[in-house]
Amino acid sequence: MRVLVTGASGMLGRETARAFARRGDDVRVLQRRPSGIDGVSEVLGSLTDPASVRAAVADVDTVVHLAAKVSITGPHPEYVAVNVEGTRTLVEEARGAGVSRFVMVSSPSVAHAGAALVGEGTGPADPSSAHGSYAITKGQAELLALAADAPGFAVVAIRPHIVLGPGDTQLVQRIADRARAGRLPLLDDGTALIDTTYVDNAVDALLAAADRAEVAHGQAFVVTNGEPRTVAEVFARICQAAGVAAPTRRVPSAAAKVAGSLVERVWTWGRLPDEPPMTRFLAEQLSTAHWFDQRRTREVLQWAPRVPLDEGFRRLAAGFGR
Amino acid sequence: MTASATPAPPGSSPGTRPHAPSPGSTLRPARPATLPPAGLPGLDPAWSRLVQAPDAGGTVRTWHVLDAGPREPRGTLLCLHGNPTWSYLWRDLVARGAAAGWRVVAVDQLEMGFSERTGQRRGLAHRVRDLTGLVDALELTGDVVAVGQDWGGVVATGWAALEHARGLVAAQAPAGRHAAARPVRRLAGLVVMNTAAAHDVDDAAPGPLKLATLPGVLPLVTSRTDAFLRTTLALTHPPLERAVREAYRAPYRHAADRAGIEDFVADVPVGPAHPSRPAIDQVAAGAEELGRSGLPALVLWGPRDPVFGEGYLRDWRRRLPQADVHRFEGAGHLLPEDADVAGAVLRWLDVRLGAGASTAAVEEDPAPHVPLWTRLDERADSAEPAVVEMGPAGVARRVPWSLLQRRTQELAAGLLEFGVEPGQRVSLLVPPGADLTAVMYAVVRIGAVGVVADAGLGLGGLTRAVKGAGVDVVIGVSRALVGARALGWPGRRIAAGPVSDTVLRLTGTRVTLADLAALGARRLADGVALPPAPEPSAEAAVLFTSGSTGPAKGVVYTHRQLSQLAQAMGATIRIGPGAGLVSAFAPFALFGPALGATCVVPAMDVTKPATLTASALAAAVAASGSTSAFLSPAALVNVLATADGLDEGGRAALRGVEVLLSAGAPVPNALLQQARTLMPLADPRSPYGATEVLPATDVSLDDVLAAGPGEGICVGRPIEGAVIAIAPLDADGRAGAQLVLEPGVTGEVVVGASHVKDHYDQLWLTQTDSVSVTAPDGAGDGARRWHRTGDVGHLDEQGRVWIEGRLAHVVVTGTEVVTPVGVEQRAESVPGIARAALVGVGPRHARQLAVVAEATAPVARTTVADPDLAQAVRAATGRNLVAVLLVPALPTDVRHNSKIDRARVSAWAGRALAGDRVEPLVRPRTAKGGRR
Repeated sequence: MRVLVTGASGMLGRETARAFARRGDDVRVLQRRPSGIDGVSEVLGSLTDPASVRAAVADVDTVVHLAAKVSITGPHPEYVAVNVEGTRTLVEEARGAGVSRFVMVSSPSVAHAGAALVGEGTGPADPSSAHGSYAITKGQAELLALAADAPGFAVVAIRPHIVLGPGDTQLVQRIADRARAGRLPLLDDGTALIDTTYVDNAVDALLAAADRAEVAHGQAFVVTNGEPRTVAEVFARICQAAGVAAPTRRVPSAAAKVAGSLVERVWTWGRLPDEPPMTRFLAEQLSTAHWFDQRRTREVLQWAPRVPLDEGFRRLAAGFGR
Repeated sequence: MTASATPAPPGSSPGTRPHAPSPGSTLRPARPATLPPAGLPGLDPAWSRLVQAPDAGGTVRTWHVLDAGPREPRGTLLCLHGNPTWSYLWRDLVARGAAAGWRVVAVDQLEMGFSERTGQRRGLAHRVRDLTGLVDALELTGDVVAVGQDWGGVVATGWAALEHARGLVAAQAPAGRHAAARPVRRLAGLVVMNTAAAHDVDDAAPGPLKLATLPGVLPLVTSRTDAFLRTTLALTHPPLERAVREAYRAPYRHAADRAGIEDFVADVPVGPAHPSRPAIDQVAAGAEELGRSGLPALVLWGPRDPVFGEGYLRDWRRRLPQADVHRFEGAGHLLPEDADVAGAVLRWLDVRLGAGASTAAVEEDPAPHVPLWTRLDERADSAEPAVVEMGPAGVARRVPWSLLQRRTQELAAGLLEFGVEPGQRVSLLVPPGADLTAVMYAVVRIGAVGVVADAGLGLGGLTRAVKGAGVDVVIGVSRALVGARALGWPGRRIAAGPVSDTVLRLTGTRVTLADLAALGARRLADGVALPPAPEPSAEAAVLFTSGSTGPAKGVVYTHRQLSQLAQAMGATIRIGPGAGLVSAFAPFALFGPALGATCVVPAMDVTKPATLTASALAAAVAASGSTSAFLSPAALVNVLATADGLDEGGRAALRGVEVLLSAGAPVPNALLQQARTLMPLADPRSPYGATEVLPATDVSLDDVLAAGPGEGICVGRPIEGAVIAIAPLDADGRAGAQLVLEPGVTGEVVVGASHVKDHYDQLWLTQTDSVSVTAPDGAGDGARRWHRTGDVGHLDEQGRVWIEGRLAHVVVTGTEVVTPVGVEQRAESVPGIARAALVGVGPRHARQLAVVAEATAPVARTTVADPDLAQAVRAATGRNLVAVLLVPALPTDVRHNSKIDRARVSAWAGRALAGDRVEPLVRPRTAKGGRR
């Protein structure tokens, strides 16, 4: 298999590229800065630049597309440019270059309108009711990628949910940092159940999606460890792994959503550098349940999580040198 | 497809033709019959047809009927709606009845629904005759079951009585057919719901109809406006969906459409001179005749009915003693909208008219019947104590056998004199003691039925129980009488114990037990003898379940069963003639004398078991030389908690106790072990049973310790003569009918014994479910009835029974069926967890397990357990629990403070774990008292 992995600078992209390489596939990666991954060829560039995208897809048969603007604030057009238009460019170039398998890495938030998701299957992406620029544009990107599914060009969308692993700068590090700074409250009693995915399991699922694209094409699949936990416990165990005290302060979720909405606008408008302490999107994510029925995912992808959550947290702690 | 009309109403010769409409009748606007509009929810347009048939006066009228079913039906259900509804009421029964192989014909009565507005007023007599004409025109053949609600029930009963009177009827063959091929129609059953069989001359119109029948008001509320229609449609629980409400209103849009509603209300036969008085009396007599005929009958009832109250239900039961009765607690007047009437009717048809329906009598128990009062009568000359009542200062009253026996006889004679008849129900709201014992024995001696409900039900539960049981007489202490009055309990009242004149006056109570005894004594002195003993198969008592596992149910025992129950209890607690037993458990007021044992009632508030102190128990033991004690778990907890207050004499008395029993709820081993330090001679026993079968197993602390840990709670082996079998659970967590005796199989625990209840009171469906079993191979012989306990568990290799929880609390996931108790016990073994409840969250195929627990160091609000505690609970239970939630308190039953309300915990946990903002699981005030 000759594989292009976009977005290999993030934890999941990096690990995915390594996994393909480890099993003997030819791997090329596309991102803006050098990835530092051994045994892969690199194309440096951006999705917003069709020339570098064309160079990246030349001679590959499989694309795993992770590159995206992942954040919770910022001007909407930036999300559209990377997540929607970038994906459109990649899909078109890939098809033009004769790629036969396209794995679109998406997010369960594309089908999350704010209400609790309790043991649900993978619903259709619904950008019109998703909350936040990230979820809206990822939803649009997933829809356009799946719409390109055709004989000879098998598109599969994979939605890993809250990927945890050593070296993750997206979630784990932020939670640890905020907890250390005393800026991590629990919303209500922290009892909402959420699914998480240990990074190795998400990687396995992406490989499985590439391998089984002929069977799974045209569909989206949520991928998780299948071991939901309360928000409070997820926070506490990440903090435990990082060696910081777990949050005990509680904030009413309704207040957090209102405050989050406000802060979100101020942050975006003011172009402040760091992520804000709370956004409406985050408040919803952390106060409503979202866990999923994995039966169809496991059946179609012939995949099951290898690393149980407990082992995942042990590895996370090891990653923090603990 | 319109049935051909015949020129004359069949079976109505001029002599039997009903009267013409009353002279005062004004002509009403006429309107032809129509088909209902399309799109009414739940109604298939293919069911609707117009049928022409001659009415009572011989004029051909057009009816709208719903008519569905297979070509060769098992029989026909002929369904009659009441006022102001139409055949739409039966849509569910039409759909499901037809699917089950029945032809279901639901008619719109003339002037109602989409049937013809004839321009005439139709009284009850007309309506019955109208129906006869229609049935003939429809050429109904084979088995016909009449079904009716509200005034449709009156018409259906009237029709059924006529049909019965005509015996086997040859259907009127239409012209041109061969007479020889005449098929036969047979009245096969009657189903009525929330309706009247009779209406007494001096009765006003029922409930809200009273207002409607005031002069001048009637047309205003019934026809000129649709107030009556709207009011009736608002009587459902929960409210009707808008589209359904509109469907009910569809045929009654205009005042002219509603003339039939007005006339129907005007036809309520109030007073002796009402034109329909003869007709209603004829229906009443007909119902009684149907009762005598033994026709299969089903009475379904929604008790929340402002029109037809419990009195009407009692009347039905009197007239149709053979009827199966089911009360749907919480349901009301428009019963088919509130309860699964279709399911109930179809189930009943299967049982009573189906292929498997058997008329063979249940095999009679060959054992000789020993009347309950045999031992009491044998001791008529004994000066030994039968009942000892303790007070704060020691023995308050010591009643010898001779006095108890005499008083029982006197009260029996007095009750008869007071007018209490065999079969009447007498509610006993008297605390345990000599009075309760004497009056209970007097009640059963004369063939009346004692109704005993525990005060632990609370006032609301007690009221539902007493009203629902159809009590004729209430015998109560002062407080109970005041409550009875305030809550509108039925029945004549008799005061027990000290009572002031004010209370007597206020509660309309004219006699006391003392009056009755004196009256009875005079009658006996006059030489009046008590009637012969009731038949062994006659009902003797209705005992109410605690209500801790759902709404309290009345459990009916016959004389034979009650006697067997006493013997089984005596054998289990090892008590017999001459022995003494300390107990505040009300049923012992009954069992003590039946066993010839002395009952000692300790000084305590019997409605609150937790008020029994160690000193009070010791005093009761010492005063009577008893060697046995029966304590509820809550009472035992308090005895142990107050053991420090014992003096040396008290300690010595308790050291003499040889038999200690605690039952009613699971009793923790630690508690029993502690009890043994106070009562070292006793091997504490905790029999397992229920109000429906007391007891089923017996087990001692030593037995439990020998059994060691296992899946669930070990409750020992079945008592002598009882069999315990298992109805294995399927993958959906449901228990089937086939019973097995193999060890290791988990399923519903089913008890077979001769002392199992006779039936649930007025809960035909519940009763039918509780006995639908296929006996296991190798269960042995013996007269035995089965009872499904609603508990789940298994048998082990040694024949011991392990209880794993309630069937309703089993958690079914995508891959397995998990019983709660074992998981909870292992969770409770983790330091920091005091009491745990297992719940399932999420949809069936993705369902996950969680534990909600009380912590040993109480938490002030809902708290997610820290990772170490959560991991310890996961490790101990061997379950990948999604959450361990700590709460200030788990909701438990009032009586035992031990049966966790898992339905509530589960619903609450589902919302909390979904991230909903949730109220505390237990309100703080309750939580304080509810903590262990």
